[in-house]
Amino acid sequence: MAERYSSFTPGGTGWLLQRITAAFLVVVLAFHFFLLHFVNHAAEITFAGTQARMETVGYFVTMVLFLITATFHGVNGVYNALVNQGLEGTPKKVVLAVLTIAGLALVAQGIYVAVAMAGWI
Amino acid sequence: MSQSYNRGLVEDFGRWREFSAGMWAWIFHKFTGWMLIGYLFTHIAVLSSALTGPDAYTGTIQGLESLFLIRVLEVGLLAVAVFHILNGLRLLMVDLGIGLESQDRSFYASLVITGAITVASVPTFLQGVGI
Repeated sequence: MAERYSSFTPGGTGWLLQRITAAFLVVVLAFHFFLLHFVNHAAEITFAGTQARMETVGYFVTMVLFLITATFHGVNGVYNALVNQGLEGTPKKVVLAVLTIAGLALVAQGIYVAVAMAGWI
Repeated sequence: MSQSYNRGLVEDFGRWREFSAGMWAWIFHKFTGWMLIGYLFTHIAVLSSALTGPDAYTGTIQGLESLFLIRVLEVGLLAVAVFHILNGLRLLMVDLGIGLESQDRSFYASLVITGAITVASVPTFLQGVGI
């Protein structure tokens, strides 16, 4: 008899979004590491170099999408790991609220920083 | 009809001696995931120095990069990210029902490739830094 060991709701959007963001992140995280450690060495990063990349609209959009998808994937992953550990009832609701606020704050701060890097504010 | 019973916690880490390859893959994926989301918050905090000004940003990054410890931690971050990517691809394949019979071997392959990429990246990551 098949038993379910997942904390995700069957057929739920959380499960699907976790996988869609995963497929995107596999590519963009590899690109990010390659660009900022092998093409440009991290030790040689300057504000001028960052600005030159960020003011390119395609790069800016990719980085903002990277931030949003990574935050969702990470925060949703943490939430589901805690549910797997037996989190339920009121603590589950509190954890979901805290993680949601932390995730939204991270995305807002990240976009603000990206706009500043691009020199648009 | 599905049968239900009290299986206790899914993650009973006390039973680690009984874990199979798939269980270890699950735990490693979870551990590397926690590291990556923790790092993302730290990363945005460091990059926020750009809000103070160009000099603060360049000084913060180059100051951190001058530390040997930071370079070692970056190698660790690369290892964590590469494993999470490779095992994540393995999980997407498992979800699609592809290669289920070799899921243990693909976990071992993820470990070996992660190790190889990490070792090969050490010279690049430690370039121009003294202990």
